[in-house]
Amino acid sequence: MTNSIGDIEEADCIFITGSNTTSSHPIIADRVYRAKEKGARVIVADPRRIHIARLADVHVQQKLGTDVALLNGIMHVILEQGWQDQEFIDQRCEGFESLRDTVKQYSPSVVEGITGVPAGDIERVAELYARANAASILYCMGITQHTTGVDNVKSLANLAMLTGNIGRPGTGLNPLRGQNNVQGACDMGGLPNVFSGYQQVSNPEANSKFASAWQAELSDKPGLPIPDMLAGLEDKSVQGLYVLGENPVMSDPDSDHVSHALQQARFVVVQDIFLTETAQMAHVVLPGVSFAEKDGTFTNTERRVMRVRKAVEPVGDSRQDWEIIQDLSNRLGYSMSYSSPEEIMQEIAQLTPSYGGITYQRLEGDGLQWPCPDTGHPGTKILHQERFARGLGLFHGVEHQAPAESVDQEYPYWLTTGRIYTHYHTGTMTHNSPTLEREAPEGWMEIHPDDARKLGVRTGDRVRVASRRGSVEAAAYVTEDISPGTVFMTFHYVESNANVLTNPATDPIARIPEYKVCAVSLEKAA
Amino acid sequence: MEYSSVLTTCTYCGCGCNFYLENLDGRLTGTIPCKTSPVNQGRLCIKGWNAHEFVQSDQRLTSPLIRKEGRLVPVSWEEALDYTASELAAIRSEHGPDSLAFLTSAKVTNEENFLLQKFARAATGTNNIDHCARL
Repeated sequence: MTNSIGDIEEADCIFITGSNTTSSHPIIADRVYRAKEKGARVIVADPRRIHIARLADVHVQQKLGTDVALLNGIMHVILEQGWQDQEFIDQRCEGFESLRDTVKQYSPSVVEGITGVPAGDIERVAELYARANAASILYCMGITQHTTGVDNVKSLANLAMLTGNIGRPGTGLNPLRGQNNVQGACDMGGLPNVFSGYQQVSNPEANSKFASAWQAELSDKPGLPIPDMLAGLEDKSVQGLYVLGENPVMSDPDSDHVSHALQQARFVVVQDIFLTETAQMAHVVLPGVSFAEKDGTFTNTERRVMRVRKAVEPVGDSRQDWEIIQDLSNRLGYSMSYSSPEEIMQEIAQLTPSYGGITYQRLEGDGLQWPCPDTGHPGTKILHQERFARGLGLFHGVEHQAPAESVDQEYPYWLTTGRIYTHYHTGTMTHNSPTLEREAPEGWMEIHPDDARKLGVRTGDRVRVASRRGSVEAAAYVTEDISPGTVFMTFHYVESNANVLTNPATDPIARIPEYKVCAVSLEKAA
Repeated sequence: MEYSSVLTTCTYCGCGCNFYLENLDGRLTGTIPCKTSPVNQGRLCIKGWNAHEFVQSDQRLTSPLIRKEGRLVPVSWEEALDYTASELAAIRSEHGPDSLAFLTSAKVTNEENFLLQKFARAATGTNNIDHCARL
């Protein structure tokens, strides 16, 4: 997030898109309720009538995969009406002409044809967002999990910059990160091309800094992202896979393909707390410990680094995850001798400029939001206040592109995916929590009453859902919260896992799979 | 009876709510939301209120396992670590460091993420490390 969670309450207008906030980030949804109570306008753009859409001043239901067109339409109206913040554009940004020329083609009536959103609603969204003193954008995987994920985010950035809604309280471009420590895993260099703090492995200066700190020769060739690792397992260029606390068999698109790739591996190690679907395929399983049994830090969606503290002894013979890695490293001949997670954090602070001022002692209390470059720095609540990281904010003229897969005669329904309130991701933890499991013991598929009638299906009936990748059965849940022609499923349940169906096509830059759009067929199961 | 409560950060979503884990005689019994937390200000969602439940599930892994004759069987840490290290070393020496790949995790701590990428890059010599940021 460019801004902070508490800062959402300062907004006069909150534009939520691609985030089922009440289900996936309930505590952030609370902030939206409070802002609304103080008079903020709420706009929701989501193909489903999700819970938070019920309190929205405007809810638009764009067709799956038409976000760029919708946003271009909104910006078209803003420019036509002269509601842009020209001073911000002139002083803080560049590339405005490219945006202006592109969005010229996206009149509300053209955009209505692409997105299905009435032209009048597009105009109303533009007015509410652009004329607010402080407008905040909240977005999540509904924006990013597309073959146009990067284009979608660039379009949101265009909208925020066009109206000067960045770098001030109550504004910003605020991705709600899905996992407790996905921000931290990225910050710490859990990515193929960067060390911690996003320092490029191919940058000679960064590479030699880490090489000298670690006393090792380091490759300057960026590594493989997950989709390429799986392809590597299949063509045997990758032989060994080490998996720490992930469950790709359930979480990655086209599950059958993932299982096939893992079967090709010569050696798979899984370090986890449960025998996940992925661990069941491993050659070695190493029991690590849960968050309640360890010390360390997580970094949340607002870049706040916070302490995790051990509250109970590890179960059975399970061991601290950092000790397992250290023991393996020593066996491979690369010496590690940390005595505690705190000692690892000292090394992180030395090598990572944005974490430079972070110590366990300073994290007592509220934690610290990075960038926090030195031990006198109070942390950063709002990014891009004076200037953008690159200097001037760069506008991009972005054209609408259709999703990778489209409905046809054989697969006539759209499928989109997401989470529900009581379960989490692949369900490794929540299915093992009796209270949560009792709330939602089995998966379902949301379907509009018109479609249900055509198929002769009622709530509770079993439906066979098939895509070009595979097929699963799920119980129908008939609801007007979804548009006709579209169905919704989760990936929480192994027996009705949407990821058997999803399309592994990825965004060319971010390599994020298009979980949110694929084509399926439906038939009532016997 | 011995009771303690320890302030920590939730393991579910990216909100990062703070709560106290309650420990009674060595078992976790509940969570109490932290009122002074700048994130959740004394509130929790249903997952946060029940975040202690899975920790002591009887389904937890309690021993290292190695596949022998097709089945995963319990072994000692010594055996599991020796076997893992020797397989990783063998693959690296036969096919080069880039024949190994690592998935780190959005669920584990910063320190553990940092250490696994260091292990991948410095100990085995590959930048093949990624995680589920996109999933």
